[in-house]
Amino acid sequence: MNRAALTTCAAALLTNIAAAAEIPLSERKSGYEFMGRDIRAMQDDVTTNPGMLWVLDGEALWKRREGAAEKSCADCHGEASLSMRGAAARYPAFDPRRGRPVDLESRINICRAEQQKATPFPFESKQLLAVTAYIGRQSRGMAINIPDDDRLKPFLQLGREMFTQRQGQLNLSCSQCHDDNWGQKLASAPIPQGHPTGYPLYRLEWQTLGSLQRRLRNCFVGMRTKLYPFGAPEYVDLGLYLMGRARGMKLEIPAVRP
Amino acid sequence: MARTLINVPAKARRGEIIEIKALIQHEMETGFRVSTTGNVIPRDIITDFVCKYNGEEIFRAELFPAISANPFFSFFTTATGSGTIIFEWSGDNGFFASVAAEIAVE
Amino acid sequence: MTDMNVLPPDRLSQRTRRQFLARVAAVGVGLSLSISVKPAAATPESMRNAIRNVIGEASVRKGKVKLELPALVESGNAVPVTVAVDSSMTASDYVKAVHVFNERNPQPNVVGVRLGPRAGRASLATRIRLADSQTVIAIAELSNGSFWSDSVEVIVTQPACLETL
Repeated sequence: MNRAALTTCAAALLTNIAAAAEIPLSERKSGYEFMGRDIRAMQDDVTTNPGMLWVLDGEALWKRREGAAEKSCADCHGEASLSMRGAAARYPAFDPRRGRPVDLESRINICRAEQQKATPFPFESKQLLAVTAYIGRQSRGMAINIPDDDRLKPFLQLGREMFTQRQGQLNLSCSQCHDDNWGQKLASAPIPQGHPTGYPLYRLEWQTLGSLQRRLRNCFVGMRTKLYPFGAPEYVDLGLYLMGRARGMKLEIPAVRP
Repeated sequence: MARTLINVPAKARRGEIIEIKALIQHEMETGFRVSTTGNVIPRDIITDFVCKYNGEEIFRAELFPAISANPFFSFFTTATGSGTIIFEWSGDNGFFASVAAEIAVE
Repeated sequence: MTDMNVLPPDRLSQRTRRQFLARVAAVGVGLSLSISVKPAAATPESMRNAIRNVIGEASVRKGKVKLELPALVESGNAVPVTVAVDSSMTASDYVKAVHVFNERNPQPNVVGVRLGPRAGRASLATRIRLADSQTVIAIAELSNGSFWSDSVEVIVTQPACLETL
């Protein structure tokens, strides 16, 4: 993202005191709809979608025996196409033992540490992206379905606050762009609504697959605001809020974006 | 070995022109990028891609840094007979990958 | 590189010019590294030189080649490109090679493809990086020794190659 342009546009946005409001379901659009025909074709065709390379890696890792327990994901979960169907649609999910929601990446690492007795994968590592993409793919076409769970409410609220509060050197909130000004151009790129329907996704700018947290961090850098480390609860809360805000939209993992 | 994604029809009629697609996981580091410390990140790309059908070369490409990461090629060939189609990539730092696909031609 | 027994390029015939380039490519990764560290300064001039290095002094005519690229590119990082050449692809009349060049990336060569009559159809697709709005050229070499080309002007809104981490 062109920072000079962002600063200029932010100045225009600062004068706009429009109230932040969630986008009604009928108006929700995936980032897919803001892309040109060629990149959409790249996503749609499984033979050309670069994200599929990671899905194939994930499939291999799913079957690999790991750790001191010498177990593979398949040993407990069997066929991913059956056991993992719908999983990505309801993450981040509440973990009763931790008393808070965890995202899919953390869930995978919890299994690795506790069940496989293996070292957790580092955030944004090729392996973690691969397994997350493989699991995510099993929910392709399914509607995002964060359950109506009271235990999630305080974290949804934290995520909502993060999304709507002005922050950083530009005094900008996520909501000002993604609720109030989606569809308009920022540094010659259209502002999407910010729904995480396709993560982990292949971003052409990264020339690789990346997670939602990586994308959130990119935004935060652009907004000149505080950058939390990967795995920070703030990102999980924000991710939870974004998934709740995108309820009903269809998953398209692994997506391709410019 | 680097992950690959190959698309070859499993079956074809003799003489039919078929489309082949090949995708391989590789960063294709251009050698033009500069890290945050100010150092140029050295080039690391696939430089050659060859496809052979029953031992005969049917497609060859010389790649430069302008080819995107995770290089993709689609091209055509004539289904001359049943057998094996081999895909080979080689590049900087001794990179090599090879994968084969079978085709049945009647 | 002292084992390279070659003459400067403009004294070579076309075929040995290719061998020279192949040897440079095989032996001189270091050579190309030192070239590529120069700041991005590709120009239409360097593209013309790159073309000459690959196809020699042969004249290139417009036609027979169809280069397809989106006219407006959102991301210069993975631009889909298709090159198709009008040819019957028989044993006596076929496309031998297709070369793609650009004028504004740090390096003018994009890809060089060798085909033959077995291809059936002289058409290929790939994805390329474009560092700036520029002209992209595809040149096809036919079995009868003639060269044909097509070019496309592309506007790139988010460039590749030159971003820092």
